[in-house]
Order: sequence, then C-alpha cells, then structure tokens
Amino acid sequence: MSLPDEQARLDQALEEARTAIPNASSSAALTDLERHFVGRSSPASAANEAIKNLPTTDRPAAGRAVQTYRHGVAELVDARRRALDAEEGADAATRERIDLTLGSHARPRGHLHLVTQIRRELEDIFVGLGYQIAEGPEVEDDWHNFEALNIPPAHPARSMQDTLYLRLGDDEQMMLRTHTSPVQIRTLETQPPPIYVVAPGRAYRNETLDARHSPVFHQMECLAVDRAITMADLFGTIEAFARRLFDDETIRTRFRSDYFPYTEPSAELAVSCVFCHGDGCRVCSHTGWIELGGCGMVDPNVFAAVGLDPEVWQGFAFGFGLERLAMIRYGIDEIRTFVDNDVRFLEQY
Amino acid sequence: MRAPLSWIRDFTPLDAPVDEIVAALNRVGLEVEGVEEPGRDVVGVRVARVVDVTPHPDADRLRLADVDVGDGTTRVVCGAPNVHAGMLAAFAPAGATLPGGITLERKKIRGQTSDGMLCSPAELGLGDDHAGILDLEPDLTPGTDVREVLGLDDVIFDLAITPNRPDAMCVVGVARELAAHFQLPLHVSTPAAPSSDFDRTIGVVLEAPDRSPRYLARAAAVTMGESPAWLRQRLIKAGMRPISNVVDVTNYVLLERNQPLHAFDLDRLAGPGIVVRLAAAGEQLTTLDGVERDLAPQDLLICDAERVPQAIAGIMGGGDSEVSGATTAILLESAYFERMGIARSSKRLKLRSEASARFERGTDPDGVAAGAERALELLAEVADARVAPHAVDEYPRPTARARIRLRTSRVNAILGTALSDRAVLDALRPLEIDVEGAGDEIVATAPTFRPDLEREIDLIEEVARRTGFDAIGRSIARPAEQIGALSHRQRDRRLVTDALVGLGGSEAVTIPLVAPGALAPFEAGPAVELANPLRADESVLRTTLLPGLLTVAAANAARGRPDVALFELGTVFGTPAPGDVHPTERLHLAGLLTGTVARRPLEVDRPADGYDALDWLRAVLDALGVASWALEPAAVPGYHPTRAARLVSDGDDTGTVGELAAATLAGATAPGPAVAFEVDLETLCDAPRRDRSFRVLSPFPSSTIDLAFVVRDRVPAATLAQTLRDAAGNLLEAVRPFDEYRGEQFGAGVKSLAFTLTFRAPDHTLTDAEVAELRRRCIDAVTGHHDATLRD
Repeated sequence: MSLPDEQARLDQALEEARTAIPNASSSAALTDLERHFVGRSSPASAANEAIKNLPTTDRPAAGRAVQTYRHGVAELVDARRRALDAEEGADAATRERIDLTLGSHARPRGHLHLVTQIRRELEDIFVGLGYQIAEGPEVEDDWHNFEALNIPPAHPARSMQDTLYLRLGDDEQMMLRTHTSPVQIRTLETQPPPIYVVAPGRAYRNETLDARHSPVFHQMECLAVDRAITMADLFGTIEAFARRLFDDETIRTRFRSDYFPYTEPSAELAVSCVFCHGDGCRVCSHTGWIELGGCGMVDPNVFAAVGLDPEVWQGFAFGFGLERLAMIRYGIDEIRTFVDNDVRFLEQY
Repeated sequence: MRAPLSWIRDFTPLDAPVDEIVAALNRVGLEVEGVEEPGRDVVGVRVARVVDVTPHPDADRLRLADVDVGDGTTRVVCGAPNVHAGMLAAFAPAGATLPGGITLERKKIRGQTSDGMLCSPAELGLGDDHAGILDLEPDLTPGTDVREVLGLDDVIFDLAITPNRPDAMCVVGVARELAAHFQLPLHVSTPAAPSSDFDRTIGVVLEAPDRSPRYLARAAAVTMGESPAWLRQRLIKAGMRPISNVVDVTNYVLLERNQPLHAFDLDRLAGPGIVVRLAAAGEQLTTLDGVERDLAPQDLLICDAERVPQAIAGIMGGGDSEVSGATTAILLESAYFERMGIARSSKRLKLRSEASARFERGTDPDGVAAGAERALELLAEVADARVAPHAVDEYPRPTARARIRLRTSRVNAILGTALSDRAVLDALRPLEIDVEGAGDEIVATAPTFRPDLEREIDLIEEVARRTGFDAIGRSIARPAEQIGALSHRQRDRRLVTDALVGLGGSEAVTIPLVAPGALAPFEAGPAVELANPLRADESVLRTTLLPGLLTVAAANAARGRPDVALFELGTVFGTPAPGDVHPTERLHLAGLLTGTVARRPLEVDRPADGYDALDWLRAVLDALGVASWALEPAAVPGYHPTRAARLVSDGDDTGTVGELAAATLAGATAPGPAVAFEVDLETLCDAPRRDRSFRVLSPFPSSTIDLAFVVRDRVPAATLAQTLRDAAGNLLEAVRPFDEYRGEQFGAGVKSLAFTLTFRAPDHTLTDAEVAELRRRCIDAVTGHHDATLRD
C-alpha cells in the first residue's frame, strides 16, 4: 500500500459520493449513504487502518487526505439534508393545512341589550361631569311617585300617567313607578345637598304592548341641587351632554315652555336633528328638531316635601326616555322591538 | 283645544303669517299638534240652486237633479234623501276637488251622466254628517264659492294645553297669549243680555258652598231651533257637533270663554228652583248620554226645588230636564265648582266631559256672570230669547285675587339672567297680571282666570315664558366636592354582564309583569299582584327571571332561532315583610341556553348541557372574585330532578344551576334542552371576596400525581375534591377531575372518579419522598371518609 493508492481510493470514493449523496431520496437514505461513505466500514475507516502501515513520513499527508475526504462528504450530506428538510417541511405544512375561512370559534361574543349600551354611555358622560348614579325601587308608594313630586290626589297630572297599581296596602297606595322622578325624592330624603346625580331605570305604564306603547320602558333622570344653580346651568348641562352623546359639537338645544308638577319653570327639551342638522328630514318629521324629554327648575314644593329650604337650595331636573334615544339614533320605528328581544336585534348591536 | 284663527281675530287684530303664529304658540307653551286649513282642498265648489228633481229611471234610491250655478243648468245624479227643488246646495262640478284628494269627473251612474255632485257637510270637511246634502241658507247667490259662505277660508290650530293652563282652553285665552306675544291689543267685550218682561222667580240654595262657591241661574223664554250657519260652522271647526240653538250657544260660550254652562228645561224643574247638594248614598241619576249612574256621597248634585237630582254638578246634565224641541223656557246655569271635587267625581264615575275637563283644572270664578250674559246675548239673537230681568247669583265668599311678592333678584337667581325691573314688569302686564313696586318689593296681583299663579315661582315662570328661553344663557354647574364615579355595586354589575357577553351571552330585557302560571314551576314564593292589570298574563310581578327568558327563547324559536344564549340582569319582587307595604326587591342575574351549542366549523353541534350553564355561573363568580362557594346537588323546582345544583356561598343559598325540567319547557313552549342559572346578585356581591394581596409565585417545578377512586355513585365529585384539598394541605396547587366511569366490574351504584393533583412548594423542589407522603395522605383521607377504594 502506498500513499498515492490511498489518495486515489479516497478521491474515487469522494467522486462516488458527489454522485450518490445529492440524489439521496430521503433522510433515511441519506443516513445510509453517510454511513456508507464515512461509517465503520467506509473508505475513510479503511484509509485510517491503512495509514498504520504507511511509512511514518507519509502518515501526516495520508491523515490530511482522510480529513479532506471526510469534510467533503460532510458538506455533501449537510447540503442534501438541508434540501431534504426543506422539501419534507413543505409536505408537512401541506398536510397540516386548515381553512380558517370556514368559520371562527364556536361561541361568538354576545351583546349587551341596546338599552344597556345607551344607559352606560349616558352614565359615563355624567360621571365625567362629576355626577353619581342614584337608584330607587321600581315599586313605589304614592308619596314618592306622586305626592312629594307636587302631584296631590286628583291632580290633573295624575291622569297624564296611566298607573299600574298593586294589591298592597290601601287602594292606589302602592304602584309600579310611572317615571324615574321618585328617585329624586329618595335621593333628597337620604342625602344632604349639594346633590349631583343621574338615575337611570325602568318605568311602567298601564299600556298594552304595541308598536308605539310599552308597559315597560326606561328613563334617565338627572337632578342637581346646590346653592346657586340656575336655569342657564340646566340648559348648558343639557347642551353639553347632548353634544357629547351625539359626538357633535354643532348640536343646538331648544327649550319651549311646558308643564310638569315637580319643576317650575318647566320646558320641553329638543336638540337640533343629528341627521339633517336642522334642514328637516324623516327622523325629525321635517321640523329640524328632535324632542328628547322634559326639564325644569325643582319646584319649591318638592324642596318643602323633603324638608329643604327653597330660599337656600336651588336645583334643576331633567329626564328622557332611553328607548326613544336609541330609536332616534338607530332609526328604530317600534318601541316593541326593545322588549321582543329577538336575538337578531340583540346581535346587531 | 281647537282654535280657529277667524275666531281668535274677534279679539285681537292678528295678521301674522301662519308659521309665525305656530312658532309663537309653541314658544309660549301652547303646543301646536296640528294646523288645519279646511278650505285648502275645497276648490271649485259653488253655491247652486236645485231647479228640478226627477226620479232616476233605473235606480230606486237615486234621483236626477238639475242644478243652476247662474249660467245654465247641469244635471247630476244624487242619492241624498233631502234633495228638493228650490234648495241651495254646494255643487262640485267635474274638475272640482274635495278633501281627501278627490277630484270630480263626469261619469255615468246607472246609465245616467252626472256632471259632478252635490256635497254633504262631511264631504266638504265640515264634521261627520253625511246623511244628506248641505242645505244652504236661501239668500245666497248661486255661483258663489262655498269657501266664502261656509267660512272654510280659515286656519284651525289644534293645541295641546297643559293641565296648569285652564285659561288657555278657550279662544279668548289663546288670543290673550298671542296678543301678548305680538304686542297687539286684546278686546274682549263686556256682554249684556237684553232683559225682557219674561219673569220667573228662581230660588237657589247652596248646601255645600265649599264645593260650589258660586252659582248663577237665570231664566229665559226661548224658541228652539237650529243655529244659524255661522254658529254651526264655528262649533264644527272647534270640533263640536251642532245640536240645537240653545245647546250650541252654551257650547259656544264654553269654547270662547272657558265658562261651562248648562241649560235646563225650566218647566221640568220643580219649583222652579235649584238646590246644590251632595248626593246621598244609593242615589242614582240617568245622565244625558242615557247611562244610569250610581252616585256616591262625595258627588255634587244640581237638584230642583224638590231636591230631585237634575245634573251631576260640573260633569253632565240629567236626561229628565234636558232641553228638547218642546222646550219653551230654560234655566241657564253658570257656576264655579271646586276643582278637586269635580276631578274626584269625574274619575270615580269614569265620566269626562268638556265641562268637567275645565272645572277640574280651574275655571274663572269671576267669569261666571259674564259667561251667562254672553250666552243670553247670543240666545236673544239665535233663539229669540226673552231674558228674565234678574239673575240669581249666589257667591257668598268672592274669590280674592292672589297677591304675590316678587323679587327681581330672585327672578335672575333662578333663571340665570340679568333682567331689569322694567323687563320683569313688562313681561307680566300683558297677561293681565297687575304689578306695582320695584326691585325686591314687587307685588303682583293675579287674575282669577289664572289659578296656576299662586307663588313667586309661578310668576318667575311667566317671566321666563314671556321673555323667552332663548334669552337664557348656557353654563355648566359642576359639583365642587364630589367625584363622579360608579359605586362598587354598579361596577360589579358591569363586570358580570361583560363576563357573560364575553362567553357568548346576549342580554335580554324582559317585562317584569308575568302570568302566575309562568312562575309556578319555580315555586319562587308568593308574587305581588297587580290591582289593575290590562292582561291576565301580565298580572303579577316576577319572583324569578327565568320565565321571562323562557318566553324570549320560545319567541326566538318560533322565529327560527331555537339555539339562544341569553342572560338578564333585573329586579325580582317578593311580598312585603310583615308590617310593611313595600315589596322586597332583589337584583337577580340569570342565564339561559337552549338547543345546541356550536362546537367547531363542520362539526355537529352538541346539545347544551348543565356544564354550559355552569361555565357562565363560574365566570360570574370569578368576575366578582367570590372567595368561597360550593355547588350542592339538589332537587331544584323547575329544574331536571337529577341535573341541578344549588350554589352556596358564605353559608347562604345564592343561586341555582342546571338543566331545566321538560315540564317547565313545555309550559313555556320553549325549545329544549334548556340549561340555566340564576343568582341573587346582591347576596353574591355581599359575600366575602378573594384575598387580593399578592402571593409570591414559586420558581420551583411542580409535581403531579393521578389518583382514581371507586366510590358510591351519590358522592359528588366536589366532595371528593374537597377531601383531597383538605388532606393535601397548602402544597396542593390544583385538583382537577379527569375521568368519571361506571362499569360492571365495579358493581351497581358505584363509580370511578379520577383526579390529577398538582403539588408545588414555594421554597424548594418537592422530593419523591415528599410527593409519596402527600399521595398517601390523600388516599387515606378519601378511603377513610367516603367508603372509597383506590383504583389500581
């Protein structure tokens, strides 16, 4: 055995490897080839054995030849392995493909009722103005629903409200509240002024459910009592709130004389139409204005009913219907929609 | 209140355009609900003389009328029974238009050509009479436009008058407001009835003067008949039906001056005289509308001298003394009745009239005499009335005009304005409020027709109304010492509802009025009943939210959506505690899932089961951070007998969860399966919350072991889990059931339950020996407490 022979054998084996390895068809075949060319019974190991019989002077050169051969094979194997991995990875991705456009997860998010959404919006606006949220019972007594609000028995204002009475106490003593205004009284009875509260909640009327009437609806009441509150504060607060609610700084407010027993002076409150900005459209019945509710300065008789001195305390109150607000904003025609709870309606908002 | 412009102009020279009048009325608080121009659609209709009437050859009920409008005759087919030769009628020729979008055309009726039609009052928009054609006054000129002769060239304002303004329920009142607004004079004549030699002495006795502070009676001889056209037309435009000259005049004065009047047939009153007294128990009276009324002792009656009831005071007259065609003399009543008394009787009798609506809001006690004079003046004109020389006017305690102190400073403090004394005084004077003084010493004297003006604030409102709300600025009042924020309770409500929305729940808001039968399956206590429900299925207050949600589910199923995931946050009501009349009100939260639950795209949906409801309940508990709670399997009314549990928190029953019973669903016609939960949110919110102080997170690895036990079927998994927790102590991080199995190899009535337990120490890696010891303690605890064996 001579150095040139070994060199030639290794050169030939490397030549074979250059043909075989790039053509290995799979990772397993590549492993077999790697074993064949650099494994225990490969040309490399044979050369290593042969080196032992070479003259000492030739041994370093022979060792270098074996190293060169091994590096050569290793490069070929690495190259081929990278190629095979890429191919096989692509195959695996194909196998693992899912079609995300088929749909989404099983339970889509639900929806808050539209009245709740509006109610939260209003609450947040008034919280921003420094108000707190007041609450009161839905079943009221005559005192809180009528009498303390300056609506004595047989007062014509009582016939404005069809009351649902309960079989409790005396005749017509207990009722489902016809408005959220009794929360004014309950707040004034339990909390010393200054008072800045809003009271959203359910109200009841003795009406059959149809497109325009509902025995149940929601209102929001606002009450501010302090030492120097004026009607200008009432109008300004309403205007600020309306602009925030409709996110429109061009909204104007209009006040017309009206009558409520628990406020004086009283006014009907309207905002310039948020759709046509006063030009007239279907939503505002071509008037340019949308009536929202009623407002006024707290009547001195209400202060007297709760033991406050009207010469010391002044206040304003206003209220409006939440369903009505939603109907205006979203173009809903029938109040019945809100109690039908059709899931198609709930899911829309 | 319908106010014709032509009538308003009797009192003030108003010539502003209609839209300005409408704006003014709205601004001062007389809300315009509608504006009618009755003549606008009556075009081309003319006065015609009926020259000849002949039978229709082919129709029994129709006739042929030849009419002449002054330029030759035209033939029309007419079906009216009152058509006759010589009369003047309203003729609408082909091409004319009538209200309702009608345009006349020449056409054949049963073979005869008709060149238009003769109109009934209803066809011209004059009330609802269409029994016959309009019979016009005989002195009119044929060819004249009927709009002129019928007064159709007019504008009628339909006004919504608020209850505090009875003075504006009449034409003079509306004219007064408009005159003030447009700065015009107001002329209301002082009427004077011509007296005559007709004399009948009438006695008037007021037995309840508190209820009838003023009562005026005057006799007059009359000739009954039809009112003249101008009077009939005004009544029709104001929305009233003409009846007879006498009745029409009383209505006319009511509409013009807000003074209700009543005319009795004098000859049918014993005495003749009047006794005004309270009714006795058990008395009855048949009113003008033919209804027999049961009277109560608080009803005020107008009786004759023999105390026989002839009218319910201020509300409606009786049939016995009603004026008729045979009446030759009347007793005219003009009175002022106390408001609340009229309101109570009217409400109790469920009987409202134009008169009662005015009396209960408050008429003018000082307008009684003028009202009577005005009526008698008119009766002299239209019913040849011969008026008795004297009226009996019982007015024992004349009403004092309210004198009210008014401070300009107070006006400005309430309105946020800087009005001068002069501006304040000028605002009030046109309303016939007398004012004197200045600054904070103004004394205002209110007219008696304004019962709403009693206090300083009432005058401040008048100032605001007159100067206009536009004159008031805009400012914002903010609390100086309060921070705006939701309360904790209010935040909690948002947390739980948001949690359920995140899990796929949609919020329903249902009507809290339900049928007793809907509550029955849930046995949720006695319900508060409504005294005056409109519908039997809305007759009690709900004691649970579930019936409402089931109703919603049923309605959605009927619309093709049987699979719903709904929740509701709302009040439930319980009967009052002993000694109280206020029901208990609790805020509940409930969820309902029906039908199937979607899994993944293309996979078959699975039926909802109790665990779905439990997912929701756990989300609620987690959102609130309830510190400790447990489920106790139990028979819960309304739920499946073996698929429900009660939620116990802090020792209280706070809710239910599970699958609803088939019978419950059948009762509600709701789709199945249906699973639900309901909690008393207030109790839950009161329960102790999780400790939120930070716990150091152990950096050491955890160890897990699996244990399976064979145990009696009735032992709940939660009980075993609790035993494991107690035994494992604080090194246990989690215990999770992963298998429940029943098989023959265990025998009947037992099951295998398997748990994965995860342990972790805060300060070191657990050794095998430590884990083995924990495992032994857990096994011993379960086998020792539950008659269980470890499954190998």
